[in-house]
Amino acid sequence: MSVLEIIAYPDERLKRESDPVTVFDEKLSSYIADLEQTMRAGPGGVGIAAPQTGHFQRIVIVDVSGRKETPNHGPLVLINPEITAWEGMKTGREGCMSVPDFTGNVIRAERIHLKAQNQQGEWQEYDMQGFEARAVQHEVDHLNGILFLDRLVSRRHDLFKRKVYQDRDN
Amino acid sequence: MSHWYMLTVIGKDRRGIVAGLTHALFEAGCHLGEATMMRLGGNFTIMLMVETEARKKALEDMIEPVTESMDLSWHLDQIEGHLHQHHLPDVCITVSGADRPGIVAQVTGALAEAGLEITDLESDVAGSEDQPVYIMQIEGVATEGIEALRSALNVATVSTIDVTVTPIDTLIG
Repeated sequence: MSVLEIIAYPDERLKRESDPVTVFDEKLSSYIADLEQTMRAGPGGVGIAAPQTGHFQRIVIVDVSGRKETPNHGPLVLINPEITAWEGMKTGREGCMSVPDFTGNVIRAERIHLKAQNQQGEWQEYDMQGFEARAVQHEVDHLNGILFLDRLVSRRHDLFKRKVYQDRDN
Repeated sequence: MSHWYMLTVIGKDRRGIVAGLTHALFEAGCHLGEATMMRLGGNFTIMLMVETEARKKALEDMIEPVTESMDLSWHLDQIEGHLHQHHLPDVCITVSGADRPGIVAQVTGALAEAGLEITDLESDVAGSEDQPVYIMQIEGVATEGIEALRSALNVATVSTIDVTVTPIDTLIG
């Protein structure tokens, strides 16, 4: 296993769309082991997408199980992930291993329904919420060549806060 | 050898202040760093990190004509700081209520006592002339934990102010 090099913005390759995985073999498993080690080597990283390492296949790893009071499905390898339903929205702060020394607010769905293949190629389905759902949305964006920088909203005019006022009025 | 300066600029708001000032700095070979620029009370305000190899006097001589042409007052300090010194905030505090003297002093006093290091503070007076409403958003690092901030605010605030303390959970993906 080895820690792979992370591509950093403004590298154009981060805008490239990744291809579906079609072969589930030893080579794939070996790459995924490297990808996971790369994620764990980064400070505070809870997710990683293959294109961040210059490998343009639809593979992401998400693991928010190390956080307190965070609903989660444990360490997840998601191959050819597809988000099939979105519900609610919430502003949250995000950063990215490919965009060092910057964090910003991004609006994401609060709950998602997801299907993805595992390392054996079997399809699995997940209902996710909160931080884990946010992590998956961030990583799936990478597979489509989208960075959180493309989705930044103002810190000053925070939608989340406006929602609190609305709730109170209603 | 290059130095970093903090350039502060204030003046009656008009179109083209940012473009005019930054064009002059660019032409003079300056490198720009972090900045906040904002309209406050009908004025336009700028705090801008500027890096240059020029001496302070040369930079001042360059700033003078462009600011004078737009009727701006300004101030320049050489600073110790440099880029990539961000602290990651872990808490956001919002304060709102009928405007009255002492809100900021009271709230930030309690927060400082409870370990808050402010990274960002923005405030606004909304509402109307008759019924002004004060709204403040503070981000910072809760060095003694978020519960310490909540407890301090419970003691310090009065019923006329609404305060919410929200953790900022930064996702690194």
